[in-house]
Amino acid sequence: MTSETGILRFGAYIPRNRLQRSAIFAANGWFAGGLKGLAKGERAIANWDEDPITMAVEAARDAVPEDQRGAVGSVSLASTTLPFADRLNSGVVKEALTLNDATGAFDVTGGQRVATSVLIQALAAAKGGAEPHLALASEMRLSRPASESEMVQGDAAAALLIGQGDVVAKYLGSHSVTIDFVDHFRSSGQDFDYSWESRWIRDEGYSGMIGAALTDGFAALGVTAADIDRFIVPITARGVAEGLAKKAAIRAEAVADRLGDSVGDSGVAHPFLLLAAALETARAGEKIVLVAFGQGVDLLLFEATGSGASPARGVAGSLARGVKDGNYLRWLFHRGNLGLDRGMRAEADQKQPGTTLWRNRKAVLGLVGGRCAKTGVVQFPSSDISVNPNDHGFGTQEDYPLADRKARIVTYTADALTYSPAPPSYYGMIDFEGGGRMMAEFTDVEADDVEVGRDMSMMFRIKAIDEIRDFTKYFWKAVPAA
Amino acid sequence: MARGIKDKVAILGMGCAKFGERWDKDADQLMVEAYEEAIADAGIETSQIDAAWLGVAFDAVNIGPSGIPLATALRLKNIGVTKVENYCASGTESFRGAVYAVASGAADIALALGVEKLKDTGYGGLPVRTRGTMHDMTGITGSAPGNFAQLASAYRKTHGVSKEDLKRAIAHVSVKSHANGAKNPKAHLQKAVDMDTVLNAPMIAEPLGLFDCCGVSDGAACAIVTTPDIARALGKTDIVTIKALQIASSNGWELQHGGGWNGSYFHTTRIAAEKAYHEAGITNPREQISLTEVHDCFSITELVTMEDLYLSKEGEGWKDVLDGMFDADGKVPCQIDGGLKCFGHPIGASGLRMIYENYLQLLGRAGARQRQTPPSLALSHNLGGMPSQNVSAVAIVGLADA
Repeated sequence: MTSETGILRFGAYIPRNRLQRSAIFAANGWFAGGLKGLAKGERAIANWDEDPITMAVEAARDAVPEDQRGAVGSVSLASTTLPFADRLNSGVVKEALTLNDATGAFDVTGGQRVATSVLIQALAAAKGGAEPHLALASEMRLSRPASESEMVQGDAAAALLIGQGDVVAKYLGSHSVTIDFVDHFRSSGQDFDYSWESRWIRDEGYSGMIGAALTDGFAALGVTAADIDRFIVPITARGVAEGLAKKAAIRAEAVADRLGDSVGDSGVAHPFLLLAAALETARAGEKIVLVAFGQGVDLLLFEATGSGASPARGVAGSLARGVKDGNYLRWLFHRGNLGLDRGMRAEADQKQPGTTLWRNRKAVLGLVGGRCAKTGVVQFPSSDISVNPNDHGFGTQEDYPLADRKARIVTYTADALTYSPAPPSYYGMIDFEGGGRMMAEFTDVEADDVEVGRDMSMMFRIKAIDEIRDFTKYFWKAVPAA
Repeated sequence: MARGIKDKVAILGMGCAKFGERWDKDADQLMVEAYEEAIADAGIETSQIDAAWLGVAFDAVNIGPSGIPLATALRLKNIGVTKVENYCASGTESFRGAVYAVASGAADIALALGVEKLKDTGYGGLPVRTRGTMHDMTGITGSAPGNFAQLASAYRKTHGVSKEDLKRAIAHVSVKSHANGAKNPKAHLQKAVDMDTVLNAPMIAEPLGLFDCCGVSDGAACAIVTTPDIARALGKTDIVTIKALQIASSNGWELQHGGGWNGSYFHTTRIAAEKAYHEAGITNPREQISLTEVHDCFSITELVTMEDLYLSKEGEGWKDVLDGMFDADGKVPCQIDGGLKCFGHPIGASGLRMIYENYLQLLGRAGARQRQTPPSLALSHNLGGMPSQNVSAVAIVGLADA
């Protein structure tokens, strides 16, 4: 085992549904005929019960299995679309991952390259011997119907565990420049971006700034363009990466796929997502350049080791899980861009007291149940008196995490009466492998996915949104096992 | 086991409001409607009532908290009035309060009344309600049919029944209850339906279609109870007594003990039934019980309840249903008054409505739907909650000398 500084583990999460761009254009082409050139391929769209927090949790779980999380010393969540402006979003992630309370956590936001900026800081800290840092990037941007953004963006998250040890990729250095180049902006409290002309962005921004950063960065890092085996430019606009490579004399075959046709531009998450995709197939010794753009440029240089940990699902697994979706109206509704008549059942008001959530945070956010130390019976949630009918042990419960355990459907239904943003609502009783059971909502599920005995796994999702107080409630749901 | 209450308490009088969409009446008026019939049947004055229990479940669209609304509506004489709530078993729960008061000697005459005014919610089905802040964070946000529909998937799997066979069996349950309800002037739904209509109805919660779900109604029902001796002293000759009254509540085993319960039956109903049979001295329910009113909130619930009450063998209830065993002219009629399905289901009133029908049938006062073979022991089963966490109530009544 080598002990280098770099990326110890990595993972990704791309939501299951892939909205067909042709469906978007079919709805909006009458109004914005110019979008026709973008109406190819598909974009990843988060389900109604997903947001940057839930996607970050899934990416983190992909990267760091439960039995490895004790090593995480700090966690960060980078995004420009965090659900809470003043509640630590990474704090929710920390609870969902059942990280130790003695874990530092911080949110990173404000621009498109903040994830790589944190990555650079984390790598520097790791060189100095800091505890491993779990860097998460997750983005779910809103776009106006019939906008270019709607066509080219996508929702995704990725995770990198930074530290010293048996790394997947050695860190060789970085180079950053910062210039207040306002290609687009979104003011605080606003939902949608405002963008400037794409030709100016391409010429002065991408070509000018990234081009200069490549020249300066390679010089500073002591590499030449010919040394680069993987060139990652997370800009999905056609030809930009290829143009930069050509200008810098980087081999054309080194240019990494931007996943523009299959995922879309996932904003802050996109550099991490493309790096994760590269690491899944990188061979030992390959040199990887990662670029990020946003009021300047970050450039990072890695060398793949050919060893280290692989993710449970990764980008390839996430892509394979994709399901084509042609329902543009449903997506507009789920993003709050279309006001459907939801009926009186949607009016149910269930305030979530902060006190109850705090007391039960392990159970609610971490899906931690209880195991009777005397009889071994597992239950959810934990309780002072064991549920075991043959031995109601008093005070015998130990923490027992359930989120990473496989489950099996015991009962189910598809409920068309209860309010759900995606009717019918599937739910049922599930038994966990090794003990424990719960009544669970199912998500990312079709009629053919449910039957008694079918295997499921758990995902962290939005349970409900308290619209009166604008508070997102999270819990765990069952999805068909991969 | 405790000594029980068999034959210690008699029903002095009962009443039931017309169930349905009672746009013209408030809950207090429905209470009075049921009470008027009951007090006239009992042949006493309001001032003779020593204690009262009120069963009601949904505060938001009803009469508000406490027993005061009952005391006020009926102008009771400043007696103790207790409101009870045990989900859809609230009606039987109120009955238990009154019966136990008389059995203990604390009251000579006690009153139980259940009421619900559901048609002020603004939509069909039950209102969405909280089940506590912790449950709201971790439980499902499903509807009542969704909760009960899960019985079907587990029943199919446990007993190897095909989707089609089970759907036909539960459809038979609904067709039967509609036929019975059509003969009951107080029932909410009084129209017969055929199999095809039931089988092809819109899906509410798989596999329950529209006709697999009971009516949601406004209504009230009332019982006045006393001791058999007092009943005779008041001039009653045919005395209906309580043979058994048992309630069993879930303790979390079904929902939390992995692998312990298969989801296809009601654990609590089996326990309540066993205790009730023991209390009543019944050793062979299939032969001794002559009439049943069970909590058929959904057709699948009635089907599995037949097994839980030991009237059908486990896994064979669906065959007995299709064979007509529980039809009005069958061996053990079930919901001869239309049941929750067609009489309607005003939550707090339902348990008392079931006892009301059994009481009428025992006394030969059930009109066009009167069972020709006189019943001897009649069972009511009232259920609150959902299959995975519930309260089951079983009440058996019969003629005092039966």
